[in-house]
Amino acid sequence: MNKKEIFINGALNDNAIWRQILGICSALAVTNLMLNSLVMGLGVIFTLALSSFTISIIRDYTPRRVRMMVQTLIIASYVIMVDIFLKAYYPDMSRALGPYVGLIITNCIIMGRAEAFAQKNNPFNSLIDGVAAGAGYTLVLLLIALVRELMGFGSIFGLQILGDWWVSWSIMVMAPSAFFVLGLLIWFINYRYYKKPA
Amino acid sequence: MDINPLVIFMAAIFTSNILLTNFLGMCSYLSVSKEIESSAGLGMAVFFVLTLTSAINYIVYHYILVPMDLIYLQYIIFIIVIAAFVQLTELIIERFSPVLYYTLGIFLPLITVNCAILGVSLFMIIRQYSFIQAVLYGAGSGIGWLLAILALAGIRNRLKEKYLPQGMNNAAISLIITGIMALAFIGFSGVAIIQ
Repeated sequence: MNKKEIFINGALNDNAIWRQILGICSALAVTNLMLNSLVMGLGVIFTLALSSFTISIIRDYTPRRVRMMVQTLIIASYVIMVDIFLKAYYPDMSRALGPYVGLIITNCIIMGRAEAFAQKNNPFNSLIDGVAAGAGYTLVLLLIALVRELMGFGSIFGLQILGDWWVSWSIMVMAPSAFFVLGLLIWFINYRYYKKPA
Repeated sequence: MDINPLVIFMAAIFTSNILLTNFLGMCSYLSVSKEIESSAGLGMAVFFVLTLTSAINYIVYHYILVPMDLIYLQYIIFIIVIAAFVQLTELIIERFSPVLYYTLGIFLPLITVNCAILGVSLFMIIRQYSFIQAVLYGAGSGIGWLLAILALAGIRNRLKEKYLPQGMNNAAISLIITGIMALAFIGFSGVAIIQ
């Protein structure tokens, strides 16, 4: 596989959220605002790319029995970097995301890519795969957040788009709508996949 | 924070259910909810691990990390405690009740990466709970998670032979059902208008 194929595959064809149904938790929790989703997406891209890269470098020296533990520790170290960075430079964002930054550790996408790709491929390809999977994840987050923020607040990235006539749907900011929007999105994408001739 | 621990316990089960309002533990919730029995087994295991790890993590955080000024290591320490505890639970169950071990067997190691476990530990630190509050919060969240996965498994069991639009099977329909369940659970607190 060349680099471009790896990227397209990781970001779209094999998209972690709509094809593999992984990493749903944070995709639902932070998507009431576009900005939160973007920051969360960048955090995941950073962690995913660098942990895939690191795991791939040391893959020949890690004993198979303890590899899960090693992977978790590597992931946790990168997440701590993201967390400290946010706390230092963007304390408001850090407060808005709350514990969900720390929960990147248990995001199954990262462990999934480490097991499925980084264990078998060279470090550079793993880095690309990590960035691709992270980009696909960010794309889904932004799509959900677009619907939720537009309908819940009438704004995009905090800019008021819809005028005074718009009555905000408070339900879109609350938990249930996240499930509905993601469910409908997965349905739509599956439907398009099925319609295409194989 | 002097909220009555029982209020926290009830709230964790219903109005601020860890899965339906905080979206934690979704992966195993979506993938293991096809059969009622396995859902119940996993839910019980989550309840057990959640209650005890929230107690252990509380002690570790307040009596080791805070005095030694190592708070920034909390993620690593918490995840190690959880992984070690799940492994220990596995050994104990295997030793004393092989029958239960084989029913739960596959699901037990999965619990380590269930974000609800880590999430509860992080929430109890952020909300500055006392020890009793933290343990009851952990137990309540476990019961809430068990309740949610049992409800979904029951509904999905009924849906098996029903006609569904193309592409809507599995994940999409489960998410929409979960959304309706979340609406109902939030209804316990009345719908607040967010300004």
